[in-house]
Amino acid sequence: MAVQSKNLTRSGRSAVRSKGTSDVSLGDRLVRWLALLGAAFPLVAVVFIVAVLLINAFPSILFNGWGFLYHQSWAFGNFYGNATVTRNGVTAPAGASYGALPFIGGTLLSSVIAFLVGVPIAIGAALMLAEKTPGPLRRQLSFFLELLAGIPSVIYGLWGLIVLGPFLSKSVYPVLSKLGGIIPWLGGPVGSGQGLLTAGLVLAVMIIPIVATTTRDLLAQVPTLPREGALALGLTSWESVRYVSLPWVRSGIVGAAILGWVRALGETMAVLIVSGNGANALPANIYGPVSTIAAAIVALLDSAESDPTRLAVSALAEAGLILMGITLVTNILARFLVRRVSVTNLPIGRGI
Amino acid sequence: MRRQHAVDIFMWVLCGIALALVILPAVDIILDVLIHSAGSWSLGLLTTTTFGEGGGLLNAWTGTLVLMFLLFLLAAPIGVLGGIYLAEYSSLRGARILRFASEMLAGVPSIVVGYVIYLVFVIVFGWSFSVLAGVLALTIMVTPYIMKSTEAALNQVPSNLREGGSALGLSHSLTIRRILLPIALPGILNGLVVAEAIGMGETAPLIYTAGWSNSLPTLQLIHQPIGYLTYAVWTYINQPSAQAHQLAYSAAALLLIFLLLLIGLSRWVGTRASRYTSRFQV
Repeated sequence: MAVQSKNLTRSGRSAVRSKGTSDVSLGDRLVRWLALLGAAFPLVAVVFIVAVLLINAFPSILFNGWGFLYHQSWAFGNFYGNATVTRNGVTAPAGASYGALPFIGGTLLSSVIAFLVGVPIAIGAALMLAEKTPGPLRRQLSFFLELLAGIPSVIYGLWGLIVLGPFLSKSVYPVLSKLGGIIPWLGGPVGSGQGLLTAGLVLAVMIIPIVATTTRDLLAQVPTLPREGALALGLTSWESVRYVSLPWVRSGIVGAAILGWVRALGETMAVLIVSGNGANALPANIYGPVSTIAAAIVALLDSAESDPTRLAVSALAEAGLILMGITLVTNILARFLVRRVSVTNLPIGRGI
Repeated sequence: MRRQHAVDIFMWVLCGIALALVILPAVDIILDVLIHSAGSWSLGLLTTTTFGEGGGLLNAWTGTLVLMFLLFLLAAPIGVLGGIYLAEYSSLRGARILRFASEMLAGVPSIVVGYVIYLVFVIVFGWSFSVLAGVLALTIMVTPYIMKSTEAALNQVPSNLREGGSALGLSHSLTIRRILLPIALPGILNGLVVAEAIGMGETAPLIYTAGWSNSLPTLQLIHQPIGYLTYAVWTYINQPSAQAHQLAYSAAALLLIFLLLLIGLSRWVGTRASRYTSRFQV
């Protein structure tokens, strides 16, 4: 009786659901169908998005081949001359050449910086908030974190451009660049404060609220008894956090961190504003201008529209497809990872 | 033993620094927006439309409200019905597939959503930059959040209430409507407010779908672009003049005020709704 056991696992619904279908009224069936339509919407939307991107990217995939992934050039060619080139049956203006490596690299590098800087800070702040902050202050700071999570990304970009970038390029980057002798990519000119490191740091500020609020909520679920037990055994409060609380919620924190990373991958406006828009090469050092796939789509679509062969629009669709692929793979990996770990670690039953 | 305590203090100091590193930029962002926009606070900002690099933001803030209203009309039914299906009707395997698709959709970068809507509706369907295209892009983005919060809220309703409805001879849809939904209401409303906040703060999916307009929103759903606050922030901060920067900061300040209002609304609705539903608790 497979059906029976399924119903037992969600015992709440069994009584209602196991009712025969014959006496279900028309209105009942209508509600059910409407609800199914709503529930199917995300599936339809995902399939629609992938299909549209694939169809539109197809000419670009034929024209550029694998070179799209590792060439460092993005040229629309000459829109106004009559000269064209044809490759694999796809016609493009003379001089057109598309390589998305600078965008792909910029996307990965900026989000990795955001991850490396943002996640430890977020976890530390959540620990401090959950363990060492007195009640009233904790409520206010928590409200503040939620506010932060809601601030539109253009405002982060605005702040990165006007405040953070100039501050860093004047006061922090010159010091950092003295380390250039030891770590080469830290040396060299620091520029105006618009570039890879600034973009990564703004992204870090943006993902911190997500990771920190999730971690704080997870920590609140750790039961008191094991923690008190750790203290009774003579562990210090840090050791109790290190050996009891954090392992207890580890998979949840991994999930939150990956969620933050995915958000950094797809973030558009803030990066567009503070990255310095380096379209045609990977940055020479960590301060250099970059661009990401998401920012490039916004920045380049206007001029891509004037390509009479429409290959430029297709190339941007291929870039979007790659971005979508990266985020989907990350999401699926995260689910796999979190579910595997969570079997032993997540507190399913809350009462001990 | 002494080493243990030194480590203890050291780690907590690090955590304290981390908390400071979270709080300081946040305070700085809010103060920066308030200070830079303070010079331009006037009634004219709210009552005149944008022209050139100056004027007010009437077209933008009304446009943002129109977009949020239409987003609510479109996304709320889809998301809430979808959440009801996942929580109440679906088989386990079906729910797993649909939930997976919903999580995938939540992970799709917003600019990709905007680009797809642009390629299909703005170009192929010939809607040009229009309100409906923008609302469609936002709907795709926020539906997963509404679905998820609705499903979670329904799953928290005690199961004996479902059995009670069934025992009274109520049909499943009537049980949902009269018993389960009122109890799940706070959670559902909270998800809707979160969705509205996302819709308010997005720029990337709107630039190439809703476009931008210097004039007031109209009732026309297609062939007519619309203004909104986030676009004003982005476009005017990229202009060199001080006047344009003022306008960008004013729009940012308005967005922060809207955000605070939304958070306040969610708290108010939350307490009201939970007082209302506490009558149903067993």
